[in-house]
Amino acid sequence: MRYLPHTDQEIHEMLAVTGHGSLEGLFAHIPEECSYHGDIDIPAPLSEWALSEHFHDIGRNNYTSAAKSILLGAGNYSHYIPAIVPSLIGRSEFLTAYTPYQPEMSQGTLQGIFEYQTLTARLLGMEVANASMYDGASALAEALLMALRIARKKNTIAISSAIHPHYREVVFSYLQAGSFKIIELPVSLDGRTDLSGLDDIDDLAAVAIQSPNFFGVIEDLETGSNLIHSADALFVSCFSEAFAYGLLRSPGASGADIVCGEGQSFGMSQSFGGPGLGMFACRTKHQRNIPGRVVGETVDMDGKRGYVLTLSTREQHIRREKATSNICSNQGICALTAAAYMASLGATGVRRVAALNYDKSEYLKAGLIKAGAKPLFDSPTFNEFSLTFANNFEPVRRRLLEKGIIAGIELGRFYKKYKDAYLFCVTETASKAVLDTVIEEVSS
Amino acid sequence: MTHGPGISGLILEEPLLWEKGKQGRTAFSMPDQDVPEATAKLPQELLGSGPEFPDLSEVDVVRHYTRLSGWNFGIDTGMYPLGSCTMKYNPKINEKMAATHGIVSSHPLLSDDLSQGSLQILFELQTFLAQITGMDAVSLQPAAGAQGEMAGMLIFAAYFRKKGEKRNKILIPDTAHGTNPASAALCGFKPVQIKSGDDGTLDVNLVSELMDEDTVGIMLTNPNTLGLFEESIREITAIVHAKGGLVYGDGANMNAVMGMVDFKRCGVDIMHLNLHKTFSTPHGGGGPGAGPICVVSELEDFLPIPRVVKHDESYQLKYDCLDSIGRLHAFFGNFAVLVRAYSYILSMGAQNLKKTSQLAVLNANYVKESLRDVLHLAYEKPCMHECVFSDLMQREYNISTLDMAKRLIDHGYHPPTIYFPLVVPGAIMIEPTETENKEDIDQFIAVFKDVVREAKDNGERLRQAPTRTKRRRLDETMAARKPCLIG
Repeated sequence: MRYLPHTDQEIHEMLAVTGHGSLEGLFAHIPEECSYHGDIDIPAPLSEWALSEHFHDIGRNNYTSAAKSILLGAGNYSHYIPAIVPSLIGRSEFLTAYTPYQPEMSQGTLQGIFEYQTLTARLLGMEVANASMYDGASALAEALLMALRIARKKNTIAISSAIHPHYREVVFSYLQAGSFKIIELPVSLDGRTDLSGLDDIDDLAAVAIQSPNFFGVIEDLETGSNLIHSADALFVSCFSEAFAYGLLRSPGASGADIVCGEGQSFGMSQSFGGPGLGMFACRTKHQRNIPGRVVGETVDMDGKRGYVLTLSTREQHIRREKATSNICSNQGICALTAAAYMASLGATGVRRVAALNYDKSEYLKAGLIKAGAKPLFDSPTFNEFSLTFANNFEPVRRRLLEKGIIAGIELGRFYKKYKDAYLFCVTETASKAVLDTVIEEVSS
Repeated sequence: MTHGPGISGLILEEPLLWEKGKQGRTAFSMPDQDVPEATAKLPQELLGSGPEFPDLSEVDVVRHYTRLSGWNFGIDTGMYPLGSCTMKYNPKINEKMAATHGIVSSHPLLSDDLSQGSLQILFELQTFLAQITGMDAVSLQPAAGAQGEMAGMLIFAAYFRKKGEKRNKILIPDTAHGTNPASAALCGFKPVQIKSGDDGTLDVNLVSELMDEDTVGIMLTNPNTLGLFEESIREITAIVHAKGGLVYGDGANMNAVMGMVDFKRCGVDIMHLNLHKTFSTPHGGGGPGAGPICVVSELEDFLPIPRVVKHDESYQLKYDCLDSIGRLHAFFGNFAVLVRAYSYILSMGAQNLKKTSQLAVLNANYVKESLRDVLHLAYEKPCMHECVFSDLMQREYNISTLDMAKRLIDHGYHPPTIYFPLVVPGAIMIEPTETENKEDIDQFIAVFKDVVREAKDNGERLRQAPTRTKRRRLDETMAARKPCLIG
């Protein structure tokens, strides 16, 4: 096997040094009642060439291998990835390094993550950011746990029911063992979160809103921030589409205390939903309560600028059961990918691509409305929107599927109340020709 | 004087991203504006001024990251004997397979019939991992070892809730990774520390004394973090089970025992695996990893949803599991990492996986025997995939583990894990892994012996190390006292 370099002769020589007669002898102290019986029942090894064929066949069993366009987001988005991003970040000096515990030989990763933290904070309008969490969903759960730590004695949180349903499920999983109360806030007729009842909630530690929310609607974060703060709670603002903040007013500028969400749009392929990138930022005054790793600037023995992992007394390897989180890793290579992606776009590029997402999305929305569809909510959206159709949309969707186009997803999967509605997503990757095909199919 | 591969070379300086560039540059190939501009329709109060990113050309970005990469050290650069982290070679073919077109473009919310390829990978990997561990059922959803531990602890909680029992303590050895007590605490359990015995393994009598009906069970790592096999595992698990408790096995060190140990036979009820360790997926400078959990059939219903199942010839997602602890990830975990592990297992087959563990243990024992004359060996026992020394013999020269570690850097080696486990003061934990060949290990041993000689003859050289890196020792106290987290 090409990954196992030992020759028989070398094994023999090494066993002589260790004082064993055979490789099995190295395991002689393992009790018989623990030992593995027989051979592991898995397929025989494949050569590189046979393996490639196997993967090629498997890939073909996914519809997307032949799809033209996927007009579906819902937390996982199709965006163009510049060739330089995977090529640079795939360099094995980055990819095959461990966590940068030895900073002198990890300055590449460390400066790269420091840059990621900075660009993330700038994107979200926040003062500090961490080195990333697993994904948008667990980042939200960690943000709520952080808010509960900051608020100390209060034990209730309110989360908008317009937050991605899967994110809410993860919040429930993370918080199920604690004695916390979770209240789900209803959606108003305009598709935004109804915050009118906050004053009636006791012990309210934090309120979480997603913008753009799961229906694609842009929340009024500034008004939300005022209402949440006057209820004496922390404002957690989350997102599933990081590109929105290339165009929209940032959660930080709108008054959020903690901002978290999914960064997959910034250079990560869709890959059946993972790995993603949990972006996480907050105000400086809360930085010692932040979960996960952070990189900070310092100097070396010669006074030269350098970077290290810092504030580690919050973390599990020091604080053990008293840590701010049990997380031990970050999404290192994904964070570096996002930084390289943001750097490739630049301020000019991120705004243009974000605007293009909006323009294309509006084009399809307007075309479908003209063809008879109705918006589920009458509020501004970014690159996703929800519609209902006068006639059954399923046959149209099936016809489009045969043409290589995934046209939205049925909202009834997530909300019984909206069972006839569909959620669409249009990014810069969808051509006008594809959008016209969808409009024509609905019109016919 | 023996030399490692490290010598001095040209290092290129590179500023921070926003210290370069000019407004109006871009490294992005802008798609056509083939539809009318519409942003004027958006209400002004929703619009922002856009993030202050630097504008860079493609060449600016390429040079930036290429130079940064030169300041890093990966497995592809050289030997990385970082104990407990299993820094083995990450095969290139796995990267290529994870980038297969139909796989990389796969959207997680398409119906099952449109995602048969991705679901097949998940289902088959579940089956492989069950076979390798000896366990009955697997969930691939946890995104990392720590999230796997959390899933396990949530299952503990759900199991006792269903039985109507209130238990709130959990036994955790003092050699455990910090994530163990942190994960247990997150799920509402109070960790009770078990002191490890004089030989570095758990004392059965102590477990017997501590295990009671207020305790959910035990969380242990086997082989443990000292690189020793817990030989009394069967007795320990029997004690825990007799009191109605459950056994969680941290599978961080699975690389030592593939095809050699059956965890179900050991009495383990739940265990997680670190695919980024044993199954060769790249660590990525900190992640993403993957931490699947494997359970015995009695606990299968508690696994996270959705489950991936096979009916007739089709793969399906199953959501209707009433006892499930729920969802832990927005979708199916770190799928592209799972694909790499699947590719690795298919490349290896049963015999090579077993050989992997045998050679990993051989390499560790070889290092142990070769360095024991010059470094204090923490425990006189056969080791598994890693061996633990300390700086006890160097303290008379006022040289610490940290000094030796930093000097190894100058010679071109990533240092071993240092100061962990906490039970060995000044610990030096070496895990060579199976992918290092004999002559490279011999060179490492020779260099380490020279470093030890220097500790006696030229201690200042160690205290000043490293001197060949881009930066010398960094001021971590200042970083923590006055945090500067963004530029």
